[in-house]
Amino acid sequence: MWRDAALIAGKDLRVELRSKVATNQVGPFAVVILVLFAFALDPDRKVLDQAAPGLFWVAVLLSALLATQRSVSLETTEASRDTLRLSGLDPAGIFLGKAGAIAAQLVVLEVLLAVGVGFLYGTAFHQVWVLVATCLLATGGLAAAGTVYGVMAAGLRVRETLLPLLVLPVLAPVLLAATRAWEAALAGTPAEAGSWLGLLAVFCAVYVVFGILGFGTLLEEA
Amino acid sequence: MTQATSPPRQASHRATTVLGWATLVCLGATYGLGLSLPASVEQKDYSKLIGIHPGLAWASYVAVGVSALGAIAWFVRRDRRWDRLNAASIEVGVVFTALTLVTGSLWGRPVWGVWWQWDPRLTTEALLMALLLGFVALRRAIVEPGVRAVVSSAFSLLLVPLLVVIHFSVEWWRSLHQNGSLVSLDPGTNLDAGYLVAMVLGFASFTLAYAWLTVHRVRLEALEETLEETSLDTAIAARRAEAVTA
Repeated sequence: MWRDAALIAGKDLRVELRSKVATNQVGPFAVVILVLFAFALDPDRKVLDQAAPGLFWVAVLLSALLATQRSVSLETTEASRDTLRLSGLDPAGIFLGKAGAIAAQLVVLEVLLAVGVGFLYGTAFHQVWVLVATCLLATGGLAAAGTVYGVMAAGLRVRETLLPLLVLPVLAPVLLAATRAWEAALAGTPAEAGSWLGLLAVFCAVYVVFGILGFGTLLEEA
Repeated sequence: MTQATSPPRQASHRATTVLGWATLVCLGATYGLGLSLPASVEQKDYSKLIGIHPGLAWASYVAVGVSALGAIAWFVRRDRRWDRLNAASIEVGVVFTALTLVTGSLWGRPVWGVWWQWDPRLTTEALLMALLLGFVALRRAIVEPGVRAVVSSAFSLLLVPLLVVIHFSVEWWRSLHQNGSLVSLDPGTNLDAGYLVAMVLGFASFTLAYAWLTVHRVRLEALEETLEETSLDTAIAARRAEAVTA
């Protein structure tokens, strides 16, 4: 399973490196969102600094949606999906590989956005270990849930419009928990982040387990 | 592969007629009892919504729970009837979730002073509404019945964790919303007997209403499937008959 996961993740990441969609489109899109937030909220440093955790995670969420759609579209052209079905790879490995590739892209994006938030909003980062733990758990949840709903909508002509409707409400708890955990860390009260980190861990675990168990059925029959 | 089963010839049946009348009687009794309740000190006449709002919320939980059971049964048996139950339950659940949000909002305006509060219970219920609408949209976008069934079943199973979060949200986070109405009643709770009866009657009424609507929706779904499967054959036969007579 792990070998297959590494193969699929390597394949997806190589496609992204060669096509440069993530670097040329998703990354700049995330930075544009940060700038637009500043326009919408009036470039008042105090308001932006207070709202920075929420704005950061909304930008991550929207970028995760793009990354998921990109990951799904990779498998829907030129019979790639059928090839994947016939490849003989473990479906759980395929799920972990695709989710891992999305997660790797999101981690890079989060570093970029964190630099952007520090630079544009003047946010000072404290309790870095809480921030990093939040990022890891939230990224795992976003990638796993995105991959599960992505395969459900993969064969549909209307998937570009349907996927946001399915995924955004599902990912709302991640947005809420990650924002609250970051707020607690930036306010210097990391103990308050504990329950939110727990929620993120449960969310991530539910979707990873569901993906490992159910991805094969969805890939074969959906 | 999904098993085909013989569809019903109409959406109603003698048993559903009895169920319908029982629902109407229960709803009437809930309405009458709710109106006869004395106004409370804090919430005045708005407290009478206790006969309606918790019952509607309960019915929305039942809808999601039954759909998940239908999904499990479909994965085990691969019988199309379970897929119909799953879909019908979610569609009826949309109605009850919407009514829960509307009645909660109508109650919240005079009592809390706002139509909407970003409270954990309200927010998670609104998320449930968005997901149920997503389910309906997803199902309508899939044409092939087998694919539709597998995706619908997977989607319904993933709604169950949210149901748990909605129920326990008032205990896990600081919330304006009351704690669980019946199951967590502690001995110190000073709830008037009339209110308790109205609430329990509300639960029964809306559960019956849910059952009546779901049974009809399941049967309607079966009739629609039959129409879909036979309409092409019927049209071809009609064209052939025209060709022969011409």
